[in-house]
Amino acid sequence: MSNTEMIALLLAGGQGSRLGVLTKNIAKPAVSYGGKYRIIDFSLSNCINSGIETVGVLTQYQPLELNAHIGIGKPWDLDRMNGGVTILSPYMKEEVGEWYKGTANAVYQNIHFVDKISPEYVVILSGDHIYKMDYSLMLKEHKKNKADATISVINVSYDEASRLGIMKTDPDGRIIEFEEKPKVPKSTLASMGIYIFTWEVLREYLVKDNEDPNSDNDFGKNIIPSMLNDGKRMFAYQFEGYWRDVGTIEAFWKSNMELIQRVPIFNLFDPTWKIYTPNPIKPAHYIGPKGVVKTSIVSEGCMIYGTVRNSVIFPGVFVDENTVVEDSIVMTNCKIGANSYINKSILGENAIIGDDVKIGVGEVVENELKPAIYNCGITVVGESSYVPDGAELGKNVVIDNFVTTDDYCSLNVPSGKSVFKGGVCD
Amino acid sequence: MKNAMGIILTGGNKSGMKELSSVRATAAIPVGGKYRAIDFVLSNMVNSGITNIGVLTQYNFRSLMDHLGTGKEWDLDRKNGGLFIFPPYLSDDGSGWYKGTADAMYNNLTYLLRSSQEYVIVSVGNSVCKMNFEKMLDYHIQKGADITIAYRDMSDLYPEDLTLLGILSVDDDQRITDFEEKPLRPKGNLGSMGIYVMKRELLIYLLEECIAHGNYDFVRDVLIKKLDSLKIYGYRFNSYWRSISSIKMYYKCNMELLDPDICCQLFVDGGKIYTKVKDEPPAKYNDEAEVRNSIIADGCIIEGNVENSVLFRGVTVKKGTSIKNCIIMQGTVIEPGSSLEYAVVDKNVLITEGKNLKGDPEWPIIVGRRTVV
Repeated sequence: MSNTEMIALLLAGGQGSRLGVLTKNIAKPAVSYGGKYRIIDFSLSNCINSGIETVGVLTQYQPLELNAHIGIGKPWDLDRMNGGVTILSPYMKEEVGEWYKGTANAVYQNIHFVDKISPEYVVILSGDHIYKMDYSLMLKEHKKNKADATISVINVSYDEASRLGIMKTDPDGRIIEFEEKPKVPKSTLASMGIYIFTWEVLREYLVKDNEDPNSDNDFGKNIIPSMLNDGKRMFAYQFEGYWRDVGTIEAFWKSNMELIQRVPIFNLFDPTWKIYTPNPIKPAHYIGPKGVVKTSIVSEGCMIYGTVRNSVIFPGVFVDENTVVEDSIVMTNCKIGANSYINKSILGENAIIGDDVKIGVGEVVENELKPAIYNCGITVVGESSYVPDGAELGKNVVIDNFVTTDDYCSLNVPSGKSVFKGGVCD
Repeated sequence: MKNAMGIILTGGNKSGMKELSSVRATAAIPVGGKYRAIDFVLSNMVNSGITNIGVLTQYNFRSLMDHLGTGKEWDLDRKNGGLFIFPPYLSDDGSGWYKGTADAMYNNLTYLLRSSQEYVIVSVGNSVCKMNFEKMLDYHIQKGADITIAYRDMSDLYPEDLTLLGILSVDDDQRITDFEEKPLRPKGNLGSMGIYVMKRELLIYLLEECIAHGNYDFVRDVLIKKLDSLKIYGYRFNSYWRSISSIKMYYKCNMELLDPDICCQLFVDGGKIYTKVKDEPPAKYNDEAEVRNSIIADGCIIEGNVENSVLFRGVTVKKGTSIKNCIIMQGTVIEPGSSLEYAVVDKNVLITEGKNLKGDPEWPIIVGRRTVV
């Protein structure tokens, strides 16, 4: 692939509101995953591993962390003289500045970026998914089919199908029907939100879509259906392998837990398809004289004096003596005191847990305020928050970001309750 | 610290390092799970604000060059200054293989002449410590010294280990009164750390004079000979320091890193230690893993018993194995049922099923690189 035959546009502006406090201050693609990565690392690494050397990252929601993470693209070898990674954020125009109204509008507003490089093909990605995929093979298929658009699809269960964009194809793989979130799915081939377009064709449709005031300016809802209506050559590219939309607390937790199985279905150890991320500058981790670590992944700079089981531990985490961490995700630089018990929880970056603390104990009760988000028994402690000595937190509890010990009304936070910054008590 | 440059001497091939240095310069020897010995002095220099650094190499410098690259991990890929690597070279005026440390520097005199900094910090590349050179330079200036040599009270080593160091004596004013390089009978226990501060002009003058007299070694032929005629002061350093100059010392140093206090001194307080990154996933522990008091790097997969050991990146420890008091380097695989005690296992070794290797705390067994046991 010559380096401008195909470029990638990575849609990283989504909030991912179903991840609750985890995405309150950062965009979903910037959420930590898998012991040292952030979700966007997978798409970015796929790009460089597929030989794509020009990547535009479209940001909108809370981009600070994301921008800092990507920087000039060094970890992915995307710091290039020509191409490399470019952050494309919404900007002011002569007459009016506007936010990205939808996925298609985001790309429309950056037509000049693509035109300047003038690639033959564009691959549109979302920075929300965990998977490994060679986009160059998909491009090969796209060219072979002389397609205008190729959509990557994956076989899902019938139940899941009604939550996704579903394709119906003819035996050659040509798409004959596309439905966004159908009540009665006609097939189980779901769109993965990965599209390769012949740029000339897409450009035309983006312009047309922008002129339509009734359009949602969305790829799935508008661009794809209208191309299909016009009888454009659109093909499905079937993907086999691990692909997860870690859009809910439960899906996020499960996908992380899949990494600690004996032979994980998703292999991070593959030397031919490395996942890159900025490496923490920390020494190798240390397990103390009484430390126990089983069925877990542990990253650099950690110091484990207690017991860690079935957990994903990010860099720089400290676990004190006589503490047990179980079925949990502990993010970068968390400190957990002595004699504590952490069960089925997600601890955000820099959270400080005191001594004699219990988290994730008791009955499973849906969260009172946000039952749609916190309902699977997982307790979430937001970034840089404190859990005071002796506190007991139930299941489906949520602790806001930046909570201090003063914000707690009581050391006992039963299942389903929340603690907010500012400490509003009943 | 804009007015100092750094020179790192990595030339020496320490025969005391046996198989470990047969494939690499001692400065490139892996330490502490993910580092190479040179990372410490290099990071110390960078953390002290030194951005013009020359590395003189000689023996087996391939792995060292590979490790250092353009210096980007140390933020030394600079337009002005940055990292310079000087292997030996041939020329019409008869240079070539460096005959000694002074000769090595003299052969690259152009670099010293072209640099603009007033002071130069010369250091060996195989010491493990965290040191602020800015403080040392301030001390040097305050003392009005011609040369300042960092030293440390080495009474935490056995007397016989002192024979591998330079041993010096100081008077009440910290002026160095005696300096013996690798003495058979050390007169004291103050060990030279192989770190020297002086003005760049003075270094150039001393090198020219030394070579003109047909001498080659910086310590023997310059420092020791000039003890009376120059004001040479000692700078006492009290934190952790080890010189990787023998297998025994190498082993001891790695084992000492298992002490969290020492670990903190080196890696947390006063600046980070940088190294070349390898993009490994986090280490993975399976059900059977039993790990105690050990350092484990990224990319390891552990299913066995590991105690009091240092495991480098990408080591695989399979079920039913027992690893005690060992140093296992990058990419080594230990198959089921093997047991290792007091062993230093080099990179990419395969220990096949059911093997028993046992060394002695004072004399660990060495398994050379790419060996299949």
